[in-house]
Amino acid sequence: MLKSSVLITIVTAALLLGRAAVADEEGGIALLKSGTDISNTESLQRGARNFMNYCSGCHSLKYLRYNRLATDLKIPESELAGNLMFTSDKAFDTINSSMPKDSDAWFGKAPPDLSLMARERGVDYLYSYLKGFYVDKTRPWGVNNLYLPSAAMPDVLAELHGLQKPVFKNEQDERGNARMVLVGADAMTPGSMKPEEYDQFVRDTVNFLDYAGEPVKDKRQSMGIFVMLFLLVFFVFAYLLKKEYWKDVH
Amino acid sequence: MPAAPESAESSRGGGLIGWIDQRFPLTSLWKEHVAEYYAPKNFNFWYYFGSLALLILVNQVVTGIFLTMNYKPSSTEAFSSVEYIMRDVDWGWLIRYMHSTGASAFFIVIYLHMFRALLYGSHRRPRELVWIFGCLIFLLLMAEGFMGYVLPWGNMSYWGAQVIVSLFGSLPYIGGFLVEWIRGDYYIADATLNRFFALHVAALPLALIFLVIAHIMALHEVGSNNPDGIDIKKHKDTQGHPLDGIPFHPYYTVKDTMGVAGFLLLFCGVIFFAPTFGGLFLESPNFGPANALQTPPHIAPVWYFTPFYAMLRAVPSFAGTQVWGVMVMGASIVVLFFVPWLDRSPVNSIRYRGPIYKIMLAIFVLSFISLGVCGLKPPSGIYPTVAKVCTVLYFAFFLLMPWYTKLDSVKPVPERVTGHA
Repeated sequence: MLKSSVLITIVTAALLLGRAAVADEEGGIALLKSGTDISNTESLQRGARNFMNYCSGCHSLKYLRYNRLATDLKIPESELAGNLMFTSDKAFDTINSSMPKDSDAWFGKAPPDLSLMARERGVDYLYSYLKGFYVDKTRPWGVNNLYLPSAAMPDVLAELHGLQKPVFKNEQDERGNARMVLVGADAMTPGSMKPEEYDQFVRDTVNFLDYAGEPVKDKRQSMGIFVMLFLLVFFVFAYLLKKEYWKDVH
Repeated sequence: MPAAPESAESSRGGGLIGWIDQRFPLTSLWKEHVAEYYAPKNFNFWYYFGSLALLILVNQVVTGIFLTMNYKPSSTEAFSSVEYIMRDVDWGWLIRYMHSTGASAFFIVIYLHMFRALLYGSHRRPRELVWIFGCLIFLLLMAEGFMGYVLPWGNMSYWGAQVIVSLFGSLPYIGGFLVEWIRGDYYIADATLNRFFALHVAALPLALIFLVIAHIMALHEVGSNNPDGIDIKKHKDTQGHPLDGIPFHPYYTVKDTMGVAGFLLLFCGVIFFAPTFGGLFLESPNFGPANALQTPPHIAPVWYFTPFYAMLRAVPSFAGTQVWGVMVMGASIVVLFFVPWLDRSPVNSIRYRGPIYKIMLAIFVLSFISLGVCGLKPPSGIYPTVAKVCTVLYFAFFLLMPWYTKLDSVKPVPERVTGHA
């Protein structure tokens, strides 16, 4: 038993090492911690509202159905149509945006579908991204992003959080020449929300996108606890059975 | 075998089993391979991985069949059909995670199973064919894993396929033709996805199952090795059963059931709480659909290929071709087949070998794991150097084996197995 636990530890350590190897690749400015909680239904409901009000005009969730969302987020279907469905879609339809086919001409790039964005980029990235817009007059929309340089998206949430100005630090490059490095952004003008309110707004929205990426996630984890408990009991019985049979092996 | 027909007849009972036994060797197969297959009584922890590999094979086949019912092997529909399975198919998410986690678990278990052979000399005479069938299984499993990874048609599927398939293009003269032939098109496309699907769900699993049967039949012909690496058939009781052997059933069936329970605790822990395993079992870029115009920032194969991928990258190109890296990668697999003849030690088990083999094996394991980490990382900083050193150490373990196993000191081997687990 000792040997086996040592081995399991080694294998796990090797895998975690690999995991760390995958994780620390991204360069640039360190991401903020989103602090989302997929089991918080109220947060998800607020996130769904935020998404429908601010994102769904341009971004679709083409793998998520309205009625699935309503069931999972405990929203009565009667409220669904009035409060979250702004198009002529039916409840069993997936969430499509109103963008025409040629929208890539508007932004240089069609607004991507967000169904799996949380799985592809991670919740911390999305949280940081939505807090990372700063004023940059050289860009077509007058803003740039700390976490996605040359982002094609305008800062649609500016009215909520206000504008930010970039913060640069003077550094020396390897040849000793001075250069300016972008290190963050500071508030410039206030928005309609206090900073903490906006953080929560973004947290809820990102939490909802995490849900949209894998609607079964919360159920999977809560179900997993029972699976593990069952397997523990099964292991104990299997162990006792083995001991019983092996009594006569000398 | 022209056994006495009467005695064979008399051993057949009545009833349904008797009726079947007169037409099909049901009872005798059961006895030969399970109830009266005498296995050494001293199997330890390392001996769980054979039965676990079989369990995972069954898991992959069964979950694979159900995935096939809803998956669409076309470049326009594959990605969406996987999301359909994840969201709209009842329990589809569980089936898919069992399959994707099973793929990684398969390689973990197989690597440990092969390591067991290196520990106790399980590949040595008279089990060379058991080992060779095993190596073929490993080779096919790599092909199976690679093609399965392409099927979800995510962006990493696409670019992974692009990188791996183009390796064949480095072969002189036939390279270009070969790559086209594999892809069925001038680039990774619908035709490629379709044929990979055919190979993944029909051809390779069939070949795998035949090889697994051959692997087990060859093993049961010569009998299992054990942690002491000694032949238990030298000491038999009056009925001709090995004194140190016990029937596989019920002793090892109950013991392996316990092993299965322990394995499932880890396996289900991943499925229910970390199915992507932090981007290692399911890579994040693969949640975006295949896009021929957008290369992922860093292309790395799934973790179980990374040791070999690191060796590929460790070899510099010269004479204007990269074929050397491909050859080194191929050689790293081919060399496995020769291990039974490279090992010249007078004893089988590491328990009775000297310090040189122990040190070499430890170096080999460390370099294999290091290569795995290097393969995940972009080729910059210290990683290329580490990969080069570890590639040399990987091959040193095998190619110097005839000398260091002969040089090594040995301890006296006992007549009978020591203890039982």
